[in-house]
Amino acid sequence: MRVSAIGCTALLLLAVAACGGRDTGEAAGGGTGGGTAASGQCAGQQTTGITDTSIKLGGIYPLSGPASAYGDIPKGIKAYFDYVNAEQNGIGGRKVEFVVRDDGYQPPKAVEEARRLVEQEEVFALFQTLGTPSTTAVWDYTNQRKVPQIFVATGASQWGTDTSHPWTIGWQPNYVSESRVYAQYLKKEKPDAKVAVLYQNDDFGKDLLNGFKRATDGSQVQVVAEQSYEVSDPSVDPQMRNLAESKADVFLNVTTPKFGSQALAADAKNTSWNPLHIVNNVAASVTVLQPVGFENVQGVVSSTYYKDPNDPIWADDAEMKLYRQKMEQYAPGADPNVPYHAFGWAVASSFHKAMDAAACPTREGLRDSVRNLQNVQVDMLLPGVTMQTGQDDGFPIESMQLMQFKGERWELFGDVIDTRKEFGPLTN
Amino acid sequence: MSGPTKVDDTTAAPAPARKRRSGTIPARWRWIALALLLAAAVYAPFQLVPFHVFQLTMVLVYAVALLGLNLLVGHAGQISLGHGAFFAIGAYTSAVLVDRLDVPYLLTLPLAAAVAFLVGFGLGVPAMRLRGLYLALVTLAIAIFLVPLLKRFEELTGGSMGLTLPKPVPPAWSGLAEDQWLYFLALGVAVLAFLVAASLLRSRVGRALHAVRDNEIAAEVMGVRLSSYKTLAFAWSAMFAGVAGCVYTWVIGFVSPDSFTVNLSITLLAGLVVGGLGSLSGPVLGGLFVMFVPSISQDINDAAPGVIFGLLIILVMYVAPQGLAGLAGRLIKKIPRKE
Amino acid sequence: MAGFLQQVVQGLGAGAIYASLALALVLIYQFTGIVNFAQGELAMFSTYVAWQCMAAGLPFWVALPLTLVVSFAGGMLIERVIIRPVEGAPELTIVIVTVGLFIFVNAAAGWIWTFLIKDFPNPFPGGALELGGVSLSFSTLGVLGVVALVMGLLYLLFQHTKIGLGMRAVAANPASARLVGIRVGWTLALGWGLAATVGAVSGVLVAPLLFLEPNMMAGVLIYAFAAATLGGFDSPLGAVVGGLVVGVAETLAGAYVGFIGSDLKVGVPLVIILGVLLLRPQGLFGRAAVERA
Repeated sequence: MRVSAIGCTALLLLAVAACGGRDTGEAAGGGTGGGTAASGQCAGQQTTGITDTSIKLGGIYPLSGPASAYGDIPKGIKAYFDYVNAEQNGIGGRKVEFVVRDDGYQPPKAVEEARRLVEQEEVFALFQTLGTPSTTAVWDYTNQRKVPQIFVATGASQWGTDTSHPWTIGWQPNYVSESRVYAQYLKKEKPDAKVAVLYQNDDFGKDLLNGFKRATDGSQVQVVAEQSYEVSDPSVDPQMRNLAESKADVFLNVTTPKFGSQALAADAKNTSWNPLHIVNNVAASVTVLQPVGFENVQGVVSSTYYKDPNDPIWADDAEMKLYRQKMEQYAPGADPNVPYHAFGWAVASSFHKAMDAAACPTREGLRDSVRNLQNVQVDMLLPGVTMQTGQDDGFPIESMQLMQFKGERWELFGDVIDTRKEFGPLTN
Repeated sequence: MSGPTKVDDTTAAPAPARKRRSGTIPARWRWIALALLLAAAVYAPFQLVPFHVFQLTMVLVYAVALLGLNLLVGHAGQISLGHGAFFAIGAYTSAVLVDRLDVPYLLTLPLAAAVAFLVGFGLGVPAMRLRGLYLALVTLAIAIFLVPLLKRFEELTGGSMGLTLPKPVPPAWSGLAEDQWLYFLALGVAVLAFLVAASLLRSRVGRALHAVRDNEIAAEVMGVRLSSYKTLAFAWSAMFAGVAGCVYTWVIGFVSPDSFTVNLSITLLAGLVVGGLGSLSGPVLGGLFVMFVPSISQDINDAAPGVIFGLLIILVMYVAPQGLAGLAGRLIKKIPRKE
Repeated sequence: MAGFLQQVVQGLGAGAIYASLALALVLIYQFTGIVNFAQGELAMFSTYVAWQCMAAGLPFWVALPLTLVVSFAGGMLIERVIIRPVEGAPELTIVIVTVGLFIFVNAAAGWIWTFLIKDFPNPFPGGALELGGVSLSFSTLGVLGVVALVMGLLYLLFQHTKIGLGMRAVAANPASARLVGIRVGWTLALGWGLAATVGAVSGVLVAPLLFLEPNMMAGVLIYAFAAATLGGFDSPLGAVVGGLVVGVAETLAGAYVGFIGSDLKVGVPLVIILGVLLLRPQGLFGRAAVERA
């Protein structure tokens, strides 16, 4: 019996080997995998995955497992590309093919899928990997291979501060920038605020917490209590109880959606502690607030950078109307009110702009283009929020606007805050 | 496991004794099959694109981990829902040594093995006083606890950001590409691990373990010192998982606490069960299963990997308690009979 | 002092949640002699059934009994279809099957209802009871009350009914039970059905506090295991006391032991499980098992 199984495995392996077939000459050299190069003014640059009529992109998201709520993002992206393909003849005449793979939020799986997309699917670029662990696991590979890893869906600050990975760039405001927005708001509105912080015990939570501490350094705003939680915890109620002991007058809620709801509910339930509640952008989606009950989250503050489909002030906004119409047309099963879809739409149209601006339709061209964005307007972003990068600035979006929850929706208030202007550029 | 009712091993037992191996097929054939397998394994990386080589490398990594789990579950009849923890310990030992102490990566293999063995032994002493069910509970709790523990000791482990490491560079004399070099490293480790496991099972230890699995009380009466053998099985098993974790670190070049959640432990157990408990080829088939089934099934639906994983585990327990390895064996045995 | 008492109350609230699931674990262990790793996921699935009923417009008090009936039937069905083929197999086989069921149910719920969180109505009024600076919310009181009720019912079932007697006989020795005329198969199915029902109660109690999503019970499970181990797998009273002790211990350790803090408090169930198994394997309220070879 053991024999037969070994034999079977051997046959299987041989069969796989026979179907594969690697250029033996290339194997020794390190294998760049059937890449093609451009001629003319862009001579020598990589054109793998892009032709005059097509462009192939690959994205890696947690479609299964605990983080799979984010799996809605590619639906918005796909709807945008389908719309552009059908009605605008693609991006600059190139139809976009967007291949989505699932990593279940597991770094080794992300590496496997990245290699599949680059080597087997031969994509032009990785357009979004989601989550800091998965993106970190992949970026050495993409940079070694010189494959653009564009607009990764995580707000860790290393995508912008690191200089050894020029092929990787973020998109959304990084967590440190976001913390600066809250710090600045508090310094102005509550200069002697005592802040209690609940944060997720991972890169995201720590980035935001430490960013906030640094941004409030030297001011009267101080963190008087901090509690962390693990994603495997059943509830953050005990942490909320400990924070309530501190009698802080501001509560900074640095959580992911499920725990965001729990913390909001715990705050609402505790009638003897009524701090100003600031919830971070990751958990500020209406899908987080609604289960808590809108009557319980009145006055909660957060910040954002793209248009919320639930906000009636955008009801007559041209881009929002287009988004709703095209979502219905190209992603009929998906609810356009889910902000993740709008996020996907926004990042896809950002890619459209970056690709349009590229001097060469090559991987190098895209890499340089996303590092040279000059006040690029994206219609799904808030008015006044633009994409701006440079050789020493690897953060496309660093402006946000504060918002407060009133009635059944977020209401924007104050001006768009450009954290670059307020605090200087972000360094490591 | 006790009780006088257990008479028939072949219907439902996950790991019945496999004593008929040399009965039907001459030993010569086994060597030929093995040689063929090895030849195919050596030939494959020159024939495949790097991506497939990488996938096969990961299959080998999982196979080594499953080999360890198999010692415990398949041969000693104990359940572990926490082998991802030992995998993580091996991975982190290697990563910390390379990152903080600049130890050459090849040297980290014996060290990772030793650390995992010692931790396994330390945990095995209390754990092995527990009957099957409770061991499952304890190992599950260990797997859950490890993640925040790794995050806590940030100076050493890099905290929640994890550690990024340089990939091993193939030596110039080999003329291999990086993926091929990693593959051969993993293959070498896997072959070594299988040899060690095979000789271990053929020794006194293996016989004692089988005796424990098949009838604990009888074994004890016959003079097998239960707890010491069970503890040793746990430690050996942890060591193999640690070795697999070490190779994982070489291949992926990045460790973070979130890579080693309870899901990994459950996936490993699932892979082993589907691959085949108690046989030497089971871990390889299990490795193939763990590697390829999720990517194939995600084409059906986003949630399909879990649904298919769960269903297959249950199905395998009914239809083929010896997993794919047993199934393949049964199929092949039918062929000569027809002739 | 008020702060400390408040922490204890907080721990009791968490403990009541653990106890509710531990009761289901104890119940199925009593009937079948196995530990069901999928118990939490079945409870989560039942809760989704209740949610679906309410989404279809049924009021809570109609949806609840409906869910309990569906859960009971579902539990029996699972026993008949999934567990029956491996009945009498070694523990290892059954544990693996329940792990398979765990993975399957979790993924299936995600497939059907997505991973976005859902709100679940709280059957208990909001607000809290204020006692000397300590506030005890009505929902915690409600959960504790229901848990105590279920515990009492289980006690009556175990000790004072014929079913309970038969069930104990089956768990102790299926072969002998069969010989004295007990329908072993049906007793096992009944055990699964009842455990699924108790699990559904647990899920419905927990969902308003933790919010409903497919991984809702995954975090609770290990604490419920610790509770059942501490109290003894054959004692409903033990499960409840165990749950409350685990909840309070975890909360106090997280709040007052600096080294543990809120990140390492998940180590508390590990320590409890290991400690109990090594010092008093039958748990606080359990009877020591005497095995006959």
